[in-house]
Amino acid sequence: MKAKLSFLVSTVVVVALLAAACAPATPAPAPQEQPTAAQEQPAAAPAAQEQPTAAPAPAAQKILDAVKARGKVVCGVHTSLPGFGYLDANGKNMGFDIDLCRAVAAAVFGSPDAAEFVPISAAERGPALQTREVDMVPRNMTWTSTRDAQWGNFTHVMFYDGQGMMVRADSGFKTLEDLNGATICVTTGTTTEQNLADAFRERGLTFTAVTFEDTSAVYSAYEGGRCDAATSDKSQLAAVRSGFANPNDHVILEITMSKEPLAPAVPAGDDQWFDLVKTVLWVLINAEEMGVTSQNVEEMKNSPSLPVRRMLGVEGSFGQEDLGLSKDFAVNVIKAVGNYGEIYDRYMGPNGLSFTLDRGLNNLWTNGGLIYAPPLR
Amino acid sequence: MSVGETVIGPPARPTPAQWVRKNLFSSPFNSALTVISVLVIVLAARGIGRWVFVTADWSPVVQSLRLFAVGPYPAEQLWRIWFIVYMVSFLMGVSGGRFGGTVRTFAVALAVAFGVLAVLPISPDYLPLDTRLRLLLNPVMAVAGYVVGRRAPIQARWLPLAWLSSFALTIVMLGGFRNVALLPYVESGKWGGLTLTFLLALVGIVASFPIGVLLALGRQSNLPVVKALCIVFIEVVRGVPLVTILFMVSIILPLFLPDNIRIDRVLRAMLGMTLFAAAYMAENVRGGLQSIPRGQYEAAKALGLTGFQTTLLIVLPQALRVVIPAIVGQFIALFMDTTLAIIVGLLELLAVGRAVLNSNPAWLFRDMEVYLFIALIFWIFTFSMSFASRRVEAAVGLGKR
Repeated sequence: MKAKLSFLVSTVVVVALLAAACAPATPAPAPQEQPTAAQEQPAAAPAAQEQPTAAPAPAAQKILDAVKARGKVVCGVHTSLPGFGYLDANGKNMGFDIDLCRAVAAAVFGSPDAAEFVPISAAERGPALQTREVDMVPRNMTWTSTRDAQWGNFTHVMFYDGQGMMVRADSGFKTLEDLNGATICVTTGTTTEQNLADAFRERGLTFTAVTFEDTSAVYSAYEGGRCDAATSDKSQLAAVRSGFANPNDHVILEITMSKEPLAPAVPAGDDQWFDLVKTVLWVLINAEEMGVTSQNVEEMKNSPSLPVRRMLGVEGSFGQEDLGLSKDFAVNVIKAVGNYGEIYDRYMGPNGLSFTLDRGLNNLWTNGGLIYAPPLR
Repeated sequence: MSVGETVIGPPARPTPAQWVRKNLFSSPFNSALTVISVLVIVLAARGIGRWVFVTADWSPVVQSLRLFAVGPYPAEQLWRIWFIVYMVSFLMGVSGGRFGGTVRTFAVALAVAFGVLAVLPISPDYLPLDTRLRLLLNPVMAVAGYVVGRRAPIQARWLPLAWLSSFALTIVMLGGFRNVALLPYVESGKWGGLTLTFLLALVGIVASFPIGVLLALGRQSNLPVVKALCIVFIEVVRGVPLVTILFMVSIILPLFLPDNIRIDRVLRAMLGMTLFAAAYMAENVRGGLQSIPRGQYEAAKALGLTGFQTTLLIVLPQALRVVIPAIVGQFIALFMDTTLAIIVGLLELLAVGRAVLNSNPAWLFRDMEVYLFIALIFWIFTFSMSFASRRVEAAVGLGKR
């Protein structure tokens, strides 16, 4: 009987231990003493105050202070989206979105490895921001007015996507009108499905939808010939197309059925952190515009161009102090992940790790695209 | 056995030819059936064999073995997982040596499985020599444990305790501590693969069992408030699908908590699964409790046992014995339900499968291979569990006594 008792007791002990062992594993800002941030902007503090209680609740703690106390930037990320957020063979988080998180870590700590990645599902993007479980969400998220109002603050468009249509090259389809009466594979219950219906109804066309819950099932069905076309965001179609045994047998039509501006977001109510993440993204874009790369960043410090010298912290200022960052943080950022174009090419360039996608709208404005950042001054 | 029955000895063992004639070709109809069945089986086997060995491209599985095993757990901390595995192998050996029988069968199976893994014909790029050697250390640990179990005077009751402590140690080893250089903190976002699947299932099983027993007892209680609370909990949780509970715990719960309280994501999922499993466990145990005849309680009372003693010493041992099949069935279901954690973003085995498919566009259409591999892993473990359950049932004489 003692054995049974000891079994019961030890079970309880284990449950308690378990709770104890897991409890401190929260990525939430621990109520530690705040390191004195001399460069705090007093104007930002009242905005962060959400609760009328007099006691300084930890929610009012600035995200940057919490990040510095923790020693890590926590990002809510995708783990299975080619090109944007995925795991490599060693389990390392990789992708276009992931590199922004590394860039922010490099800006704050000087090291891209000070980034912590929390895998979150699509449904958790909003709540993760609302509860400040993560410091930012660079996770393939379309910027919409409702999300901006409810979830948090969207920083700056990092990638312009749009819903496209993939068909077999020998089908001869060129426009949506050609697809009248066609069978189209689509994931169920997504905005993709709605956009498809809207686009066809607007033009008075009909189609038969073949819907699947799982995205890989959509493309397997398309590959197996069950549909004339498959629809999804163009970046995803490009990824899928590169996965076919013979990519040239398939074409992505020149149709865009929806606007999908993908932008990283931060929790609402902390202007300093909001501005910081925006500025890091602007540094990446401006660096490409100025021709500063991870290779030449050290030489560029001696550049005769004042904007370049200002960006790299050699001369003047563009607000680094107000953001709570070091004067030369841009150097660390560019050294760590490269400029915007380097990040793009790393995953989606001609020899990209994931697939090849023409830059199109995601070219710099000087090259006919939409990528444009405010000047750093 | 009734009196008039004749006892018939075992018949003489038929020769293979006799057996075939009797079972496969006893009549023209049976012969036709046999021929057709054999044809179907051969054709199916050929098709499956061709797919498995020729058509299928197993490279996503072979090249991602580490991801499947541990997910994104940091490479420089992998020794902690090896430590856990060695600990389990050793304890398995000790238990096998001490108890023999089924436990020994399992210890041998585990050691052999690691041995087989170590010599799998896989390119050294994906299964390097040092990994093979580390795998081979497992049978060594098991044998060492076996010797200890045979020789050392270990009391049987200490082994469950050792297993439970090893479980607690496992969690400590996985997570580590902040500010401890030897065992640095590994955030739960880095836990994944089979390791996380096991962890979710084990925590669910270990934690839901006592809670479920308490709930079942509470439901039988004479105290109206306790009884009402238990009934409300059980019926509410049983009336809601697990997916909903996981969503509630992962997404809605944090919105209601004060800002300074954050529950870790993995812990949230564990919480949801444990509560869910506990409600079902309670109903299983209640079935056992109700099967105990009144006379047992009365006899216990007549012997002067208190209510607590009666429950702990008389009722529960009998009740739990009766419901072993139901409980194991539930554990198996719980093990497979861990895959639902994919919808709250945890990188358990199925989520790793999806991550592998998406890690390289060339693998996007290899979903059959990856999902079959995951199915095979699940089958191996659930089959082992049901096998163990049958042996335990036989050992306690269920259905015979």
